[in-house]
Amino acid sequence: MSTKIDRAFYDIGHLDILAEADTPLHRLDPRAKVLTAVVFIFSVVSFGKYEIAGLLPFFFYPAVLIGLGNLPLSFLLRKLLLVSPFVIFIGIFNPWLDRQILVQLGPIGISGGWISFFSLILRFILTVGAALLLIASTGFSTICMALEKLGAPRVLVIQLLMLYRYLFVLVGESIRMIRAHSLRSFNGKGRIGYQVFLQMLGNLLLRTLDRAQRIHLAMLSRAFTGEIRVIRQYRFGLRELFFLGGFSAFFICLRFTELTSFLGQLTMGIK
Amino acid sequence: MSHHIVETKNLEFTYPDRTPALRGVSFRIQHGESVAIVGANGAGKSTLLLHLNGYLAPTSGQVRIGDYPLTKETLREVRRTVGMVFQDPDDQLFMSTVFDDVAFGPLNLNLPVEEVKARVDKALATVGLIDLKDRPPHRLSSGQKRRVAIASVLSMSPDILVMDEPTSGLDPRARRQLIELLAGFKHSKIIATHDLDMVVDICERTIVMHKGEIRADGPTMGIFEDAKLLESCRLEKPLRMQGCPVCGIKPTDQPPPIG
Repeated sequence: MSTKIDRAFYDIGHLDILAEADTPLHRLDPRAKVLTAVVFIFSVVSFGKYEIAGLLPFFFYPAVLIGLGNLPLSFLLRKLLLVSPFVIFIGIFNPWLDRQILVQLGPIGISGGWISFFSLILRFILTVGAALLLIASTGFSTICMALEKLGAPRVLVIQLLMLYRYLFVLVGESIRMIRAHSLRSFNGKGRIGYQVFLQMLGNLLLRTLDRAQRIHLAMLSRAFTGEIRVIRQYRFGLRELFFLGGFSAFFICLRFTELTSFLGQLTMGIK
Repeated sequence: MSHHIVETKNLEFTYPDRTPALRGVSFRIQHGESVAIVGANGAGKSTLLLHLNGYLAPTSGQVRIGDYPLTKETLREVRRTVGMVFQDPDDQLFMSTVFDDVAFGPLNLNLPVEEVKARVDKALATVGLIDLKDRPPHRLSSGQKRRVAIASVLSMSPDILVMDEPTSGLDPRARRQLIELLAGFKHSKIIATHDLDMVVDICERTIVMHKGEIRADGPTMGIFEDAKLLESCRLEKPLRMQGCPVCGIKPTDQPPPIG
């Protein structure tokens, strides 16, 4: 069990390593990437709950990012899979609650519940995928820097940065604690009793607080003032404008015109 | 700050849970001196170090770094002057690559990018890790992590190095390399440690702490020859100053030269 957690832990860190690469996508000013991702997410989320066809062209964006940034698809898919239970639980009852048949495929009738469930999954893949791609192509601290430059309150941005940093501290401490527990719990075969679990949880909180304090001290010792600085130099130039403008126009166009049915009619020759 | 003096006057500190940690600690460390702070577990060594860069504020007494007292206004300058190397390098390294970690301090000092890069390269070359600069710190060995932690402090060009247990957890070879590295530094050094043999190699002066007080302060060799003092402070002579348990040969009076 603990090896699985270990691996998941290193995988999170792997996103930051991916962000160190030097590709056209990585070199773009982070502000352009953040804003584009925001427009993308809003466009995807704002569709009606039964929308499926309209969502499909949006996969163009992640595909382009993966290509431009030379990012590993299988790794990102695994990350998506890891979070997917949350979304599946949110949508799993739709097919039971919404039984009205909306589409008739020959003898099989597909209910609104199934369609909205499928639509939810698509949206999840698109939005969470976009967020993962943003982190993998930019790095979390650089995203925070971009947010700050875009005018987000500094307190909020630092909270975000610390939250991310704290995640690693928390997971690291839990791994060590679970390891120590499983080495000394022979009867339960690593199963954690309720009482012990509560104690461990409390202990974990105290330990991580201590550790976070030491890391904060290390940051202060190295002249951290609350402003985020990174070594890579960014400039919002023509390429950024083109990236942001081009993609945003594309998303908004997809949102408000029925491009798929238009293309379908065009290729089928139906006027 | 031309004179890199570290001075404490009657430093008292009590933790919020009312555990007294420092009781009237006073010393003065001159420019270029290497001073060891030794003492049993819980003697107050780490608490003392945390006062030297202003992380803890004394309950009473004063810390002076250079010619200034340590106050809120001088804190930033003091933290640049006093480079602090932590006991656990995992606490100190928090960025995703070695390069970023070493660059963190200089970037926060608002230096131009070219200067930052030059400083990072120089610091990594000093500790001999220039080849690892694109690696994530958490994948390195303990010895390498420790040296990255030292580089991350060196890149800020501190005048005074403060270290907490620099040799703990290192294999003998890595320990030896670290000692040679430290011996080569011209900075003032304040090292809290249990590794008394390292103290013999690096520090000409030793401060012995016991229960939050300074028990002795003087030349290292003089202190380590005082068996009574060492025992009353839960310490022992450095191994090389003890007789050989196998062949029974008594130690020579002078320690062998470094290296």
